[in-house]
Amino acid sequence: MEHPHKPTPLTKKFFTPWVIVLAAIALNGILFLLARFVFGIGAVTNLDNQYPWGIWIGLDVAAGVALAAGGFTTAAIGHIMHNDKYESIIRPALLTALLGYTFVAVSVMVDLGRWYYIWHPIIMWNGNSALFEVGICVMIYLTVLYIEFLPIVTERFIGRVNLPGILSRFNKLVNTFLIKLDKGLDKTMFIFIIAGVVLSCLHQSSLGTLMIIAGPKMHPLWQTPILPLLFLLSAIAVGFPMVIMESLTASRSFGLKPETEVLNSLSRFIAPLLGIYLIAKIGDMVIRETFVYLSELNSTTILFGIEVVIGVIVPLRMFMSPAVRESTKGLYIASMLVIFGIVMNRFNNFITAYNPPYALDSYMPSIGEISVTLGFIAIEILLYRLFVKIFPVISIPAKKSLSKTKFAIRGAAK
Amino acid sequence: MSQNRRDFLKTVAAIGTSAGALSALSPNKVKAKSPENLSEERMGVLVDATVCIGCRKCEWACRGAHDIENGNIQDYADEKVFETNRRPDYDNLTIVNRYESSDEKLSNVKLQCMHCDHPACVSACIVGAISKKKNGSVVWDTDMCIGCRYCMVACPFQIPAFEYHKALDPKIVKCDFCDERTMEGKLPACTAICPVEALTYGKREDLLIEAKRRFKNNPDRYYQHIFGEHEIGGTSWLYIADKDLAGTVFPKLDNRTAPGVSESIQHGLFAYFVPPVAVYALLGGIMWLTKDKKKTEGK
Repeated sequence: MEHPHKPTPLTKKFFTPWVIVLAAIALNGILFLLARFVFGIGAVTNLDNQYPWGIWIGLDVAAGVALAAGGFTTAAIGHIMHNDKYESIIRPALLTALLGYTFVAVSVMVDLGRWYYIWHPIIMWNGNSALFEVGICVMIYLTVLYIEFLPIVTERFIGRVNLPGILSRFNKLVNTFLIKLDKGLDKTMFIFIIAGVVLSCLHQSSLGTLMIIAGPKMHPLWQTPILPLLFLLSAIAVGFPMVIMESLTASRSFGLKPETEVLNSLSRFIAPLLGIYLIAKIGDMVIRETFVYLSELNSTTILFGIEVVIGVIVPLRMFMSPAVRESTKGLYIASMLVIFGIVMNRFNNFITAYNPPYALDSYMPSIGEISVTLGFIAIEILLYRLFVKIFPVISIPAKKSLSKTKFAIRGAAK
Repeated sequence: MSQNRRDFLKTVAAIGTSAGALSALSPNKVKAKSPENLSEERMGVLVDATVCIGCRKCEWACRGAHDIENGNIQDYADEKVFETNRRPDYDNLTIVNRYESSDEKLSNVKLQCMHCDHPACVSACIVGAISKKKNGSVVWDTDMCIGCRYCMVACPFQIPAFEYHKALDPKIVKCDFCDERTMEGKLPACTAICPVEALTYGKREDLLIEAKRRFKNNPDRYYQHIFGEHEIGGTSWLYIADKDLAGTVFPKLDNRTAPGVSESIQHGLFAYFVPPVAVYALLGGIMWLTKDKKKTEGK
């Protein structure tokens, strides 16, 4: 490979004070998770017959799927449009998508009352159900993501297979298998890459169709027949900010120089993408005349305001400014705002907007629900850290220098 | 990617063909589930809230018919329960609530699954476990259910209940229109026990005629609207009362069917699998063209 950027497993030590904090959060989540499986959903959550879905669906699943959009957006721009300069960010984005979707599947399972029947949709079909579409698409896409990740695994182990003890006699056999697998994958990978993008477009939008059937139970500020379009557009818009946020966090955490040039170039797309989303959202409001609801001041309209102003309009303005795009801090803050906005949007769609007809109190997530959600996020970050240490995911300069400041920016040169 | 152009085209074409074959199969499958062919023979119950005395014997009988512990029938005369607005739950598939009627008099109304003609739950169920039967009842197969609770999100009347207290095998529960009893020719348990004939079981179209007859004979007694005749495309259970039940006892609903918008979007996105295949082809084309461009640039 003569690429200037070469993904390499990172050698920095795993444990830092932050890692220990995250591990504690993860452990706390796992304890509540155990309680959920031993005592039932009712014992751990605040869900009831009025509020059948809480943050495990609204955040863990809906926002989780949206935030994993970095995977298919970078695949589209890097692989499908053959923009080689983005090569260095595709692998980290793929890893995030892989972990993100894995935990979406796990979260669905945790929320399912009869979780051991999670495979039923594979053989029991209901083409009318938006949830069925989401379920099948996510299952296939998760498989595709694992296949897309396989070349990274083969790259790591080819010529380095070292099985312990008696198994070591199979070293050569496994190595040959890996080489064959790698060759086969290389030839067919384009099928999976395109499939991944198509599947993502499908289920990102179908996730928006989910709440449409709730009809008048959904607040009109969010309930609209174009929800699938809004979900797709917002997912596409949050893809790059997510990649930027991760890249900057990882560089900082591993003491690498941020890939400012690639990220800056990537960030130019964000303002137009956010703009299209905003136009669709505002246009829909104007056509359906739902802005009348904004004249009342209550928690619902405040949450809507936060979602649109802080989560879309402010970062849109920020990404339009070259000064912001060129500064690491500016990029980081603006990206975080976009992520916040999309998370708020999913939360609002699934929780704020949902007003069941006979509810006496509003739903508030329980400590158990919050613990599990935070626990999953912590586990995801820890796994990410572990994976970049094991597999060649993050690109670092080929020539290692002892001084961090001498690291060149990689991935930008062609 | 060391892939030559011809292989690429071949594979894309193969995928296109198989997707086309898939699409030829699936629309039938989709149509088979949709409750468009409603039977003229479907049954219903007419609830006359002006007649109900709030004895709650129906609650007792319902529990008995569904193997739920129902205790002593005398205890159901206790009127304290009317102080709170109750909802059907996993251990009580029907409940009677008391509400203030037009002339500040108290009236009673029995609530349970409405057995919609175009049920949102049937459309929503991820595994297709819920179905609308010819006799009008909306029933479900617990063995298929995965407990996702999307039916509860979808139901406009917020009827399906879930056994949140169970760690293993929690079930979705709601009124099943006493499907077993009616198949044996018996009346639904609640209707059979009602001492004042507040509940009338019969063909839905006959019940509509009966309701209108009552309006005509006793115009002062009724608010002239049959709740459930047209709401969300019609329900099997029909309500008449001395005041408008929409907005108080029931949510305000329009006459469009509950799953209508969602299903048309869903089928639009997947019309014969054309949109997904088209996107696939488009992306494949872009991938191929940009690759080509790069090659020539390189040379």
